[in-house]
Amino acid sequence: MVNKAGQAKPAPYMNPLLAGILLGMVLLATFVVTGHGLGATGFTTRLTAWVGMYVAPVATNANDYLGGMVEEGKPLNAWITWQVIGVALGAFLSAFLAKRIHIQMDGKKFLGGAKRPMTALFGGILAGFGARVAAGCTSGLGLSGAAVLSLAGFTFLGTFFAVGLLVSRFLKEEK
Amino acid sequence: MSEILSGLLLGAAFGFVLERAGFGNPNKLTGQFRLTDWSVFKVMFTAIVFAAVGLMVLEKTGLVDAGSLFVPPAFLGAAALGGALVGAGFAIGGYCPGTSVVGLVSGRIDAAIFLLGLLLGTVVFAVIYPEIEVLTTLGEFTKADSLPDAFNISDWSIDIGMIVAAVGVFVLGSWMEKKSKGPVNSQA
Repeated sequence: MVNKAGQAKPAPYMNPLLAGILLGMVLLATFVVTGHGLGATGFTTRLTAWVGMYVAPVATNANDYLGGMVEEGKPLNAWITWQVIGVALGAFLSAFLAKRIHIQMDGKKFLGGAKRPMTALFGGILAGFGARVAAGCTSGLGLSGAAVLSLAGFTFLGTFFAVGLLVSRFLKEEK
Repeated sequence: MSEILSGLLLGAAFGFVLERAGFGNPNKLTGQFRLTDWSVFKVMFTAIVFAAVGLMVLEKTGLVDAGSLFVPPAFLGAAALGGALVGAGFAIGGYCPGTSVVGLVSGRIDAAIFLLGLLLGTVVFAVIYPEIEVLTTLGEFTKADSLPDAFNISDWSIDIGMIVAAVGVFVLGSWMEKKSKGPVNSQA
């Protein structure tokens, strides 16, 4: 690994077995404390409603899907908001301690080269739409749903990995 | 525990572990789909097994009331379709929703764009919701929501099956990692 002069070397990533056990402990603690698991798109959906409240208040209020969230004027007032803020703080602390904070456009090598901003945007749109169809994402439905042995959780994980494997065949590695 | 505090603390632990595992790095995350880095499978399987066994033990000892846990409803068609779209989005975009937050706070501009895409995808969904509402309740399995109830198998035999599957993932994954360039151990 070549680093610019004066920059400390980033620390290696954690062993996956250890990381998995720690993640399992956090997930278990979340179920014990709250009765549900961990998530992410519960927050991005509320954030969408919140932005809509200011950018397009009439349309957002009238919308069948987002309207209910803006009824009381505080779409972000939910546990999942604090949890995602926590994710950002915890991940930042970890990256900082491991000297892994680096401003960059990452993923060019495998995900579109110079078109990387487009793959990031398109991938985000697909994931955002898909998470609303399933009413959950990899964390909320896949990870948390499988931990309570739900059929929906296992079904989600099955098609998630099958289609991910298939689609990644079409992305060419930049040399 | 107050709602704000429990959200912040549990979320912080979640984010810390995801970043430690390397899950803010799109090259590592998508390595799972190229089958060169099996960390996503290894970490997820281990966490699911740990939490599932832990919940079973806590239920049996009466420390957790099974009825109070949220089990997602069995709209299996909706889960399958949504899973396919999130999987495609992950393979193309390099993140899933949660890991894009980790990518963003470690300085990745592509993760910020992915997050913007997430919001746009939510807007598209909300705008055409009246036409596609039927997708969200597709393929309901009415008999049960969970695997033990659906097939009349005890939860501990499913847990044992999952432990065996997890060991299999570690053996197969480590073998395939050795055959390829190996897992992404740090960021370049």
